[in-house]
Amino acid sequence: MAKQYETVIGLEVHVELATKTKIFCGCSTAFGGAPNTHTCPVCTGMPGTLPVLNKQVVNYALAVGLATNCEITQYCKFDRKNYFYPDNPQNYQISQLYLPICRNGHVEIETSEGKKAVGIHEIHMEEDAGKLIHDEWEDCSLVDYNRSGVPLIEIVSEPDMRSAEEVIAYLEKLRMTIQYLGASDCKLNEGSMRADVNLSVREVGAEQFGTRTEMKNLNSFRAITRAIENERERQIDLLESGQQVIQETRRWDDNKEYSYAMRSKEDAQDYRYFPDPDLVPVYISDEWLAEIKNSQPEFREEKMARYKKEFGIPEYDIGIITDSKHMADLFEETVAICHEPKKVSNWLMGETLRLLKEKSMDAEDIHFSPENLAKLVALVDSKAINSSVAKEVFEVMFEEDIDPEQYVEEKGLKTVNDEGALRKTIEEVIASNPQSVEDYRNGKEKAIGFLVGQTMKAMKGKADPGMVNQILKELL
Amino acid sequence: MANVISDETIDYVGILAKLALSDEEKEQAKADMGKMLDYIDKLGELDTTGIEPMSHVFPVQNVFREDVVTNGDLCDQTLKNAPGEKEHMFIVPMTV
Amino acid sequence: MNLLSYSAVELAAAIKEGKVTAVEAMEAVLSKIEETESKINAYVTIDKEAALAAAKAVQEKIETGVLTGPLAGVPVAIKDNLCTEGMLTTCASKILENFVPTFSAEAVINLEKAGAVIIGKTNMDEFAMGSTTETSAYGETKNPWNLEHVPGGSSGGSAAAVASNECFFALGSDTGGSIRQPASFCGVVGLKPTYGTVSRYGLIAYGSSLDQIGPLTKNVSDCATVLEVLATHDTKDSTSVKCEDTDFTSALVEDVSGMKIGIPRDYFGEGIDAEVKEAVLAAAKALEGKGAVVEEFDLSLVEYAIPTYYTIAAAEASSNLERFDGVKYGYRTSEFDGLHNMYKKTRSEGFGAEVKRRIMLGSFVLSSGYYDAYYLKALKVKAMIKKVFDDAFAKYDLILGPVAPTTAPKLGDSLSDPLKMYLGDIYTISVNLAGLPGISVPCGKDSKGLPIGLQLIADSFQEKKLIQTAYTYEKLRGAFGMED
Repeated sequence: MAKQYETVIGLEVHVELATKTKIFCGCSTAFGGAPNTHTCPVCTGMPGTLPVLNKQVVNYALAVGLATNCEITQYCKFDRKNYFYPDNPQNYQISQLYLPICRNGHVEIETSEGKKAVGIHEIHMEEDAGKLIHDEWEDCSLVDYNRSGVPLIEIVSEPDMRSAEEVIAYLEKLRMTIQYLGASDCKLNEGSMRADVNLSVREVGAEQFGTRTEMKNLNSFRAITRAIENERERQIDLLESGQQVIQETRRWDDNKEYSYAMRSKEDAQDYRYFPDPDLVPVYISDEWLAEIKNSQPEFREEKMARYKKEFGIPEYDIGIITDSKHMADLFEETVAICHEPKKVSNWLMGETLRLLKEKSMDAEDIHFSPENLAKLVALVDSKAINSSVAKEVFEVMFEEDIDPEQYVEEKGLKTVNDEGALRKTIEEVIASNPQSVEDYRNGKEKAIGFLVGQTMKAMKGKADPGMVNQILKELL
Repeated sequence: MANVISDETIDYVGILAKLALSDEEKEQAKADMGKMLDYIDKLGELDTTGIEPMSHVFPVQNVFREDVVTNGDLCDQTLKNAPGEKEHMFIVPMTV
Repeated sequence: MNLLSYSAVELAAAIKEGKVTAVEAMEAVLSKIEETESKINAYVTIDKEAALAAAKAVQEKIETGVLTGPLAGVPVAIKDNLCTEGMLTTCASKILENFVPTFSAEAVINLEKAGAVIIGKTNMDEFAMGSTTETSAYGETKNPWNLEHVPGGSSGGSAAAVASNECFFALGSDTGGSIRQPASFCGVVGLKPTYGTVSRYGLIAYGSSLDQIGPLTKNVSDCATVLEVLATHDTKDSTSVKCEDTDFTSALVEDVSGMKIGIPRDYFGEGIDAEVKEAVLAAAKALEGKGAVVEEFDLSLVEYAIPTYYTIAAAEASSNLERFDGVKYGYRTSEFDGLHNMYKKTRSEGFGAEVKRRIMLGSFVLSSGYYDAYYLKALKVKAMIKKVFDDAFAKYDLILGPVAPTTAPKLGDSLSDPLKMYLGDIYTISVNLAGLPGISVPCGKDSKGLPIGLQLIADSFQEKKLIQTAYTYEKLRGAFGMED
C-alpha cells in the first residue's frame, strides 16, 4: 500500500511598512522613483554613516504584534546579519535575531476544514535591500538602492499549516489585519508583501518533522499554491525513491512552474549575527504599549457584525465591502454623508467591482472620494439623472474622481422633467414609427421597448424612462 | 599552541570575510589566529556566570527619528564615487 | 615670538587682535610642512590651495565679526578616517585610495563652524588598526623627536603633526588608545572623551562601540577649548549623548586640593619600563604636593582587557569593513571572474596585512559555533571591567597611570610580532571598554630623549576633572618641548 504523506508548512512573510521614510534615514519610501533618487549616504552604506531608527516602524510593528496576539518584547534590540550581496550596500542587513519585538502569537484562520489557529513564532523589524536589474546585453547587473532601507517586518509562523488552502487563508488573514491597521498595503504583486514557504513532508502519524526546504520568489497566491503542490510532490518522489531531502533554499520559476536550488559554495549561510553597536536598545513602556492598544482600529469581524446590525445590508455585500479596509472606509464615509447604505453598497457591489475587474485593479486602488459618491447617490435619488446616465457619470468619477454635480451640469446631462417637451417628442416618435405602433396595438408588448428606446435617443438619454413609458402607454 | 587552525577553517573564514589568501598568507593567518585565540582563551579563566553581556556601555535607549522626509534627490552624490555606473545605477558582475 | 610656537588658543587670540591673519598662520604652517614633511610624513593629503582659500574666507568672517570663537582662523589637521566633503579620505588604505566623501564628519563640521581651517588629512594605521602608524598604505610616519622611532598610533600622523608644528592642533580617533598613545610618544596632549560625547557621524568605523574622536593639542588649554567645540549632541548618531556640562574651559583651574587620585598597583608590574614608571610616579608626587590625595590600590582584571578588546574590536571591524567591496566607492580590482571573485580580489588587494588579520579574527569569533565562547564571553568580561572601574570611581576622582609601558619603539620593531604590539595597549584599552574619558599629558623623557606620557582616567562625563588635574600638572611641570 502506498504511504500517506502529510505536508508541514511554515511561512516567513515580509511586509513593507507604510512609513513615509526609510527605517534608518530620512529618504522617501515612495514607490517607482528613478534609480537611486531616493538614496542618501546612510541607505547606500557610505563610510562613516550611522543609522537612526524611525519611531513609526516600531509603532507599526507593535500594532501588528498586538493584532496577532503576540507577546511584546519590551526591551528589544537590533542585530547585524552579515552576508555579501550587492543589493545590500553595507554587506550586512540590520535585523533582529536575539530579541525580536514580538513573539508567541497566533491568528485564527478558516478553511473548508473549519477553524484553526496558526502560531506566530516571532515578528521582527528589518531593512529591505536594493534592487538588481540584469543587463543581459553587457553581461552585468545594475544596482538601484531606492528600496534599500525601506522598513520591513518579517512575520515567522510556526510550522502549523498542512495545505495550500491553509497557507492562503493565513496570508489573507495577515493581509486583512495589516491593511486594517494601515501598516502596509500588502500587495503581493508589487512586493509589499512577500512570502517564503518552508515545507517538509512526513508520513502521516510520524512524530518528527521531515527535512524542510525554503521556497522563495512567490509573487501571487497562484504561485504559492503551485509551488506548494510542486514541492510536496518533489519531496515525496525523493523519499519514495530512497533519496533524502536536502535542507536548502529554492527559487520558484513561475513561468516554468518548477523550482531550483540556489546553491553556491560562496554561500556559507553563516550570518554572524551580533548586536548592532550603532543602534541603542528600544524599551517599550507599558504606557507606549497601552497607547498602541488603544489606537487599534475595528477589525473585520467586529466591523461585519456592526454593519449587519447598523446598515441591514446583505451578508454577502458586507463580506465584499469589508474585504478591503479601503472599501469599508469608503462605504462608511459615504453613508455618513448620504444615509443610504443600501444604495451605496449597490454602487460598490455593482459598478465598482465591475470596473475593478475590468481594469484589473485592487480595491485599495479606488481613488474616488466618498463626497462624490454621495453626490451621485443624491442625483439619482432626486431623479435629476436617470440610472444609465448615472452609470456613465460613475465611470468618469471612477477614473478621475470628478464632482458629479458639476459634471452633470457642465455636460447638460440632467433629466428633462418638462412633460410638455417630452410629450411632444413622444408624439413625433409615434408618428415616425407606424410599424411599431401597429405591432403594439396588435398585442406585441415588446414593441413599446423599441419606442421607449427611440424616445430616449431623441432626448439624448436625458429623460426618465418611467415617465416615457407612462406617456407612451397613455398616447397609444 | 592550544588552538590549531585547520586549512578548512581558514578557507571557511576566507569565504565569510571575502578574502582570498595566498598559501603563504594562509599559513601566516593560521599561526596568527591560533596565537590570538590562545590569548583570548585567557577569558575562560573568569567565571562570568550570571553576568549580562554588555554591548552598550551606557544605558541609552529609545533614540528615534520622526517619520518625516528630510532628504531630496541625492542621486549624483550617491554615485559620485562609483567604480562603475550605468543609467544612474552601480555596475556589478552579473548576479544570476 | 615665532608664529609656530603659538598654541591654538594663543594664535586665535592674536588673529582676533589683528596681530596676524589666518592666511599668514596657514602660510606659516604650510612652509613648515614644506620643510619637514618629507622626513616626517604626517599627512596623507594636503590641499594647499583649498587651505589658503579657506583661511582667507575665515579671515574675512573674523574681520566682519561673524567668527569670534577661540579657534577662529586656526589651522587644523584631520585624521584621515574622518570624512571631509570634497577632500580625499582614505583611512590610509588602498581600498579607499580614491574616495572623496560627499559630506563631512560632524566633528569636522563643528570645527569649521568655529572657524578652524583644515590643512589636510593625517596619516594613520590603516583603518586605525595598529599602534605605530606603520600599517598605513601610504608609508609610515616618523616620530619628530627621533626619526628612527615610530610616532605611535593609530593617530600617529596627527600626533606627529602637532609635535612638529605642522599644524596647531589635530583631530584623532581612539578605539584602544589611538589618541593617547601617539600623544604620549610624541610629547603632546591627547584626550579620548567619554563614549558618546563627540558624534561619530562621519568617522569611518573600526570598533563602533569603542571609537571616539578627540583632540591632539600642544597643551591642556587647547585641549579643553577644542573639546568644547566638539562636544555637541548629534541626532545623526544614536549613541551621541546630550552632555550637560560642556564648558570644559571653565575647568582650566590650577587646583587639585582634595582631588582623590588612585594609582593602580597592577599598572606598574611586569613589562613596564623603569624610566616610564619613575616619570609617572614623579608626576603623581607632584600632584600630591599640590594637595591631591594620592593612594595606591588594586584595580584588577587588567590582563583581561586586551583579549576582551581584540575580540570585540575585531568582531565589529569585520562587519564594519564589509562595505568595502568595490561596488559603491573606492578601489575595485581590475580583472575578475564573477561577483564573489571580484569581492575577494578587491578586498585582498585593497586591505593590508593587519586589517586582514583582524577581519579574519573578527569573522571567526562571530561565526556559527564560536559566538558564545568568544564574542559573548568578551561582552561579559567587558561588563566586569566596567564594574571594576565603577568601584574605583566610588573611591577616587581619578585614576593615574602610564599611557604605555614604554616610550616609542624603533620603526619596524613592532610589526614582526602582532601580539607583542597588542600588549603595548594594556593601559589604554580598558578605558575604551568602559567608555571612560582619558587624557595623556607629557610627564618626562627617557634617557633616549623620547617623551613619556602620564595618563589620567576619570569616571564617565567627568572630563572636567581630567582637564583641571592635567592643567594643574602641566603648570607644575613647566614647558615641554624638544628644545627644553
